[in-house]
This record gives sequence, C-alpha cells and structure tokens, in this order.
Amino acid sequence: MTLIDLANPTRFLSLTARVLPWLAGATTMLLLVGLYQSAMAPDDYQQGATVKIMFVHVPNAWLSMFVWGVMSLAALGTLVWRHPLADVAAKAAAPIGAAFTFLALVTGSLWGRPMWGTYWEWDARLTSVLILFLMYLGLIALWRAVEDPSRAARAAAILTLVGAINLPIIKFSVDWWNTLHQPASVLRMGGPSLDRAFLIPLLVMAIGFSLLFVTLHLAAMRNEILRRRVRSLQMMQASRQAA
Amino acid sequence: MRLSGRHVSCIRGGREVFSGLDFEADSGQALAVVGPNGSGKTSLLRLVAGLLAPAGGSIGLDGGAAELTLPEQAHYLGHRDALKPALSVAENLSFWRDFGGGIEDIGQCLAAVRLGHATHLPAAYLSAGQRRRLSIARLLAVRRPVWLLDEPTSALDAAGQDLFAGVMRDHLEDGGIILAATHTPLGIATRELRMGGAA
Amino acid sequence: MTALAALIRRDIRIALRVGGGALIGVLFFLTVTVLMPFAIGPDLALLTRLGPAILWLGALLASLLTLDRLFMADHEDGSLDLIVMGRTPLELACAAKALAHWLAAGLPLVVATPVLGLLLNLDAAATSAVALTLLAGTPALTFTGMIGAALAVTLHRGGLLLAVLVLPLSIPVLIFGVAASQAAITGPLAFGTPFSILCALSLASLVIGPFAAAASLRHGLD
Repeated sequence: MTLIDLANPTRFLSLTARVLPWLAGATTMLLLVGLYQSAMAPDDYQQGATVKIMFVHVPNAWLSMFVWGVMSLAALGTLVWRHPLADVAAKAAAPIGAAFTFLALVTGSLWGRPMWGTYWEWDARLTSVLILFLMYLGLIALWRAVEDPSRAARAAAILTLVGAINLPIIKFSVDWWNTLHQPASVLRMGGPSLDRAFLIPLLVMAIGFSLLFVTLHLAAMRNEILRRRVRSLQMMQASRQAA
Repeated sequence: MRLSGRHVSCIRGGREVFSGLDFEADSGQALAVVGPNGSGKTSLLRLVAGLLAPAGGSIGLDGGAAELTLPEQAHYLGHRDALKPALSVAENLSFWRDFGGGIEDIGQCLAAVRLGHATHLPAAYLSAGQRRRLSIARLLAVRRPVWLLDEPTSALDAAGQDLFAGVMRDHLEDGGIILAATHTPLGIATRELRMGGAA
Repeated sequence: MTALAALIRRDIRIALRVGGGALIGVLFFLTVTVLMPFAIGPDLALLTRLGPAILWLGALLASLLTLDRLFMADHEDGSLDLIVMGRTPLELACAAKALAHWLAAGLPLVVATPVLGLLLNLDAAATSAVALTLLAGTPALTFTGMIGAALAVTLHRGGLLLAVLVLPLSIPVLIFGVAASQAAITGPLAFGTPFSILCALSLASLVIGPFAAAASLRHGLD
C-alpha cells in the first residue's frame, strides 16, 4: 500500500468503500463520548454553563485552519507532483472547511452573546476566522465559476497557496488593528490554563471532529471522482453519433 | 409571398459596403448570396433581419402576415449559435421554442438533426458541428416563413450537409423563402445573388 | 406571456448553474461589509450609526458588479440578436431579463442583510428597516443599472465604464434608501416619507429602465 496505489482513482474508490464505514463508526463513537463528557463537565465559576460551547467551538476553530492546511498540501500536489487525486482532494475539502469555519463563527458568536451582550464583537480571533470564512467562500466560488475541473484546479491551487502564505499576515494585521482600537477589555476565550476536567472532553471532541472531517472528506472525494466519471461518460455520449 | 429589396445600400463604420442592391425571392425559392469576403453578405442578412438599419432603399415581405414585421417572420442563423453551455440541449431548444411561440415537439426536432441521443446533456459537451445542428433544430422548433442563413454549412460534415439540405428542401416545399450567404454549394436549387466586384 | 416566462426561467437557471454569478454578488456584499470596520475601527457604537449606510453602499456596489453580464453574455453568443428580432416587444424582454436578474442577484442581497446587520451591531428593528428599504430599493438599482448595461453592450465596453455610467443615476436611490433606514432607527423624520419616495423611484425605474435599455439596444446593435 503506497501513495502510488492510492493515486489510482479506481483503487481509491474500492479502498475508501471498505474504510469509510469504520471511520464513520469511530467518529460517531468519539463524538458521543465527547458530548457525554462535555455535558458532565463542571460549569465554569465565571461563565457558568456557557463554557460548554467551548467543546464544540474550539474543535471547529481548529479544523477551520487545519482544512486549509490540507488544501495547501493538496495544492502542492496539484502544482508540483500533478497527483491525479490532489485537485479532487482540494475541491472536496473546501466546502467542508467552510462549514467548519461557519460553525466556529456561529458557536463563537453564541458564546460571545452572554459575555459581550452582543452576538458579534470585532474581536481579533473571531474577525480572523471571519476572513478565513470569506476566503473559503471565494475558493468555492472559483471552483464553481469554471466548468472544467482540471482548468479550475490550477487556479484554485495557486489561490490556496497564496491564502496559506497570507493567513498569518492577515492574522497579525487583525491583531494589531484590534489592539490599536480596543484596550484589552475583551474576554480572552479559552485561555492557556485549562483544568483537566475541561481538557479531556475537549481533546476527545477535537479528535472526534478531526475524524469527522476525514470521513466527510473521503466521502466528498468519492462523490467528486464519481461526478467526474459521470461528466466524461456524458461527454462520450455526446460525441457518439446517433445511428 | 415575396421577399424583395429595392436599391438597398449599407454603410458601416463610415464605409459604403454596397449600394443600389436589388433582390427578390418568391415562396419556395432559395437565394444564395455569394461574393468575396467583405462584400457585405453578412451585412445584407442583418439588414433583412432588422439588426442593421439600411442607409437607403427598402426591404419588405409581400403577402406575409400583415400585423407582423419582416424580422418577426424570419429566422436568423448567424455565426454565433445563441446556445448557453450551462443549459442542457433540450433546455436550450425549448427556450427558443417558447420564446418564439412555437408548439413543435422538442424531441422530434432534435431527432430530425440527429441529436436525439444528447437531449439531456449540457450544451457545453457538444462539438462545433453538433452545436450547429442544434441551431438548425431551432429553425424547426418555431415555424417562420423566411430563413436568413449565414454560412449555415460551416462546421457541418458531409452527412450534416446532406441532412441540412433536406431540411431546407422541406422548408421550400412548404412555401418558405431562404436567403443564405455561402461559399459552398448548399445542395439545393438556388438562384445566385452576386455581391461585390461587378455588382 | 410564455415567451417572457421562458426568458425569466432561462436567466435564473443560468445564474444558478455552474459558472453563473448569482451568489458571487452576495459574497461581494459580505466582503465589502466586512472591510468597512477595518477602515472605520471596531467601535460598535460608530458601526451601529454607520450600519445602514455601509449596507446600502455594499448592496449598491454588489448589484452593479453583477449587472455587467446582463446583456453582455447574450450579446457574445448571439442570443441578443434573436431576442431583438423576436415577436415579444423588446421593452418587455428587457424588463423580464432585469426581473430575472433581480430575483437571482438582488433578492439574495436582501436575504443576506440580517446576517450582515449582526456584524454591524444593528438591532432587530434597524436590520429589518434596512432589509425593507433594500427590498424596495434594489429593483430601482437593477432597472436603472440595466440602462448602463445596455449602453455598455452596444459600446463593447463593460466593467468600469458601466460603473461610471450607472453610479450617478443611482444617487437618488441611495439618498432615500439610507434616509428611510436612518428614519426608522433614529428619526426624527417619519419612516414613511423617504420610504414612499424610494418606492416611487423603484416604480419609475421599472418603466424608464426597459424603454431606455430597449432603445439603446435597438440603435446600437451592429
């Protein structure tokens, strides 16, 4: 079993067909355990029960960045190694990444509501995630704008890599912009010193969500491969002359 | 029915393309507009289609529907095929049928141009010749007495040209009029309207 | 009527299919709105005050951006010739195209407004006021913008020329749209006064737009 074997879409399909049920099962188990542990976790002395949003928010926020990393690797695969599955992986990851980012934003603003008294605060972290969300949407728009996937792939790969280089710069600028305008009155979410009672459910949830991503990503890649097969079959049918 | 032009002249971009042109075609007749590049074949068709205004002279259709203008009784098949790649073959054709007020069956029209196998496929997947045949299906989906055809057989292979000749013959037998700009024989009996040079 | 319904159905389908631009307008709206606080600063009180103006400017630019292709795509593939020749009056065909464009690209802007209102710290009343004014005002933007789109297609120029042509025409809409939103939020003017004028502008543009666009298409084709 090497990377070369995986490069063959047919082999990829048959392999993932065997792996996916197990992955889905493991994901469900971990998320159930994580949710149970989160529900059992004590309330925070300051934030009360709202702290439990953290168990959903933090994994989503972590995945929102992780998925971009996966897409950057896939973009390298497209541009440098011309791996046949790389642009499939990149295309399939974008909507999932956008969904995780969206959930991070929603849970973040729900968490912020009791803290700030408003659903949205131009907090440095939330703002950075919002920009990340916009970049995901732009990438999806790019994929959708071009009908031929192999042509869209290179453009999307370049944009993904530029985004990967730009993200730290954006993060830094937003932090600077935010501190310039806002004295440190905003609640720092999470914080470095986390009690064990919180840490373990958070880790379980983080692993559960990561597995969820892998499951969804493999399933989406299968869909994309099948969609491309349908497309080439249709093109073959179009070029067939009627008898 | 008679399509006729009297002393038609055309000026485009400050340049006189042609002037004093007379032509006429009766029901059941095809007029092939021939001449070198730049002699104004396309301009003439677009004048008849009402897409350009003549600089002088008049063009008219006698014996057609009195309440309709000439362009409203004509089909124009230009260089550009008026197809949307994002829509399926059937969607493209049924749009032009509904927009033109036609009642013909889409499946039959597509079968007539041998595109029956591609009905549900996106038009983006069609080859140049297939796109041209889909444009020809548009002529069948809505009935119009006057057909204005600009290089209709370009991109068509021999079989496609035969097929189109049959379509045009049927149209002429129904009493239609064809005005076609062309470099190649159309495969039907035509009179020639020579443009440019000695005209 | 079937001809117009077919035209509307086709344009909406194309806008929603792969390669269509319906949702890019909303994305642009979102991006422009998110940019504003970076220029103004994250002061929520200030953003609340400027919110309606920001949303209106964003919607104006977004609907302008998508208008570029209104006639251009049909011109490039020859569809426009056939539409001009057709038995449907060109004015009605233009109106149908603009209506389809508004449904596919204008209405989503109105739907997106509540989310953006949240970002600008607008309360529910203010957000619904802005959404209502956008609902009443964006048809005016589409139908006046259509004139510019028709001129641009006959001149074979798009993009910035369209913006320069259309933006001055949309100033009245902007004035009364923002005025009505502000009236609903802070007063002292009654909401009804500017809102009625906004509706009147929209209704007038529904009439003027198709005629002007059809006239420029008829005379400008070659």
